[in-house]
Amino acid sequence: MSVDPITARGDLRLTRITKSYGEFTAVNDLSLTIPKGSFFALLGPSGCGKTTTLRMVAGLEEPTVGSIHLGETDITTTRPYQRPINTVFQNYALFPHLTIFENIAFGLRRRGIKDVKERVDKVLTLVELPHLAQRKPTQLSGGQQQRIALARAIVNRPALLLLDEPLGALDLKLRRQMQIELKWIQREVGLTFVHVTHDQEEAMTMADTIAVMNEGKIEQMGTPAALYDDPETAFVANFLGQSNLIKGKIDGADGENLVIDLYGQKIAMPKSRSHAIDTSLYAGIRPEKFRITRTGSQVGGNTLTGGHIEDVSYIGVSTQYVVAMPWGQELMVFEQNDDGVPPFNKGEEVLISWEPNFTFGLRGDEDIEAGMEVNPQELEE
Amino acid sequence: MSTPLKTAFIPTIPIKARFSRWFGRNLLRIYMIFGFTYLFIPVAYTFVFSFNDSGKSNLIWKGFTLDNWQNPCGAPQICNALGNSIKIGLLATIFSTILGTLIAFAIGRYHFRGRSSSNLLIFLPMATPEIVLGASLLSLFLVFKINPGFWPTVIAHVVFCISFVVVTVKARIASLDPRLEQAAMDLYANEVETFRRVTLPLVAPGIAGAALLAFSLSFDDFIITNFNSGTLITFPKFVYVAAARGIPAQANVIGSGMFFLALALVIAVQIVNRKKIR
Repeated sequence: MSVDPITARGDLRLTRITKSYGEFTAVNDLSLTIPKGSFFALLGPSGCGKTTTLRMVAGLEEPTVGSIHLGETDITTTRPYQRPINTVFQNYALFPHLTIFENIAFGLRRRGIKDVKERVDKVLTLVELPHLAQRKPTQLSGGQQQRIALARAIVNRPALLLLDEPLGALDLKLRRQMQIELKWIQREVGLTFVHVTHDQEEAMTMADTIAVMNEGKIEQMGTPAALYDDPETAFVANFLGQSNLIKGKIDGADGENLVIDLYGQKIAMPKSRSHAIDTSLYAGIRPEKFRITRTGSQVGGNTLTGGHIEDVSYIGVSTQYVVAMPWGQELMVFEQNDDGVPPFNKGEEVLISWEPNFTFGLRGDEDIEAGMEVNPQELEE
Repeated sequence: MSTPLKTAFIPTIPIKARFSRWFGRNLLRIYMIFGFTYLFIPVAYTFVFSFNDSGKSNLIWKGFTLDNWQNPCGAPQICNALGNSIKIGLLATIFSTILGTLIAFAIGRYHFRGRSSSNLLIFLPMATPEIVLGASLLSLFLVFKINPGFWPTVIAHVVFCISFVVVTVKARIASLDPRLEQAAMDLYANEVETFRRVTLPLVAPGIAGAALLAFSLSFDDFIITNFNSGTLITFPKFVYVAAARGIPAQANVIGSGMFFLALALVIAVQIVNRKKIR
């Protein structure tokens, strides 16, 4: 029984996909299921294989090995124009010789759909640009072109919409606005969106599910909150936000908790949040989970003593501290300026504390710098 | 304490500085006027002398007349020669544009064995001195027992026009974003539709430019034509032969006519483009 792939609907399943270019492996044995109707983000630094993955789903590249299914239909080697999948390209790729109307109508006309005018007008209204129908793409601003590129794809009501860094060329303010708009449009039209980006904030704002990719593999997959609160690898901990990773070892258990020895000081953390494979482990705590108090005050939860303030940056809503610990490590602490306590001064001896439940545990053999160096400059481009 | 603004001392800029500033701002304009004068004096001369009541030789101004424009075929053989040149030009343009465009796509888009050497070889007819190309083509035709005449001239013109077409079209293809074609494929256009609806329209201005270039090169050519056309008279050949006895004013009429035709064409294209943008 052969089914026309263009009518395929359902979940997208990538099964053991590898894509190599000569010696270089862009995507390495990747398996992934993207449920129908979800807003899915592939997040990773440039060169991690996310765009290659997207192009294989679009049909612009063929995997070296592995298969791609849409519902029950195998689309691994199907031509791009035979897939019910449309793409919003990174630089929009609007046809410069056609009007906005004809750009959007392009896909409908190729499939021989009758009520072209009606559908194009409807989608132009959705992206709030009906007055631009007769313009040429070069006469539009970046933000407008972006919306037209989106309209040109969603007018076809594909089973799957792929977005390749669609907001990369926009300035920060417009990007924020488009993030909210994209999310709204996704809910409105109810299509499956697969969004490729290197901007962790963009992925967290929009996606229901994020897959963090690194070096051709998926590091971790989950909801934005799950990834942020309980990262399983140092790469995820550093690529999504900032983390303090402190070397320690597991020193026994206490009910549901593990007892961890951090340079001689004992802390507790839930067993379920440890991803260590032996007794060595890195205890991870997000900077905003820390509390700073003066040495000698009474606090609950985990505490670390012996630190002193190395640096203070006042940022309005919060104050960022760098706290030097006795073992030579510098910890990042973000304190909300909501308690009326004047900021601590440089050199002050302080006590660091946090809720045990906020701790996550990483394998002791991890490279704690992973995902760090690639992050900041890319986000600032 | 504060001095009224009116009485405050306003420093003036010295005349010399003002002149050099004016000169600096207008240097390009002055240069442009000289440049265009240099380029257009010969054209203007040709145009003016097309109205000369010249008689046999059109070297000295003898008085104004419209006779030459009213009767451009007045000089013996001139319109026959013009007709031949236009026929050869059109045929050479059609063949070289089609072949050259195909070659440009092959070289510009596909990676195949011998791509870089074909890329280099395509420049050869451009780089070879015309006199050498003309003479070798003639001997080639004679080896194959083909007598010089109309078709050998067309073939010879196609040979040198192709290179120019390839270079022009290839530049256009290189500037074409491959993502546009990917976008078309993504939007349900198969290979043929993608070529027809996206690739070709976007490369078309380059092809049109190449065709115009090919026509003017062919129409203009004397050296290669002279070797391969035998007894056939083309317009450049006619002018060359006539020069010995005195060029008739009708040659100026045809020359000016061609110039204004080309000018009108360029202006028309500009207007169309501007409308498109709006």
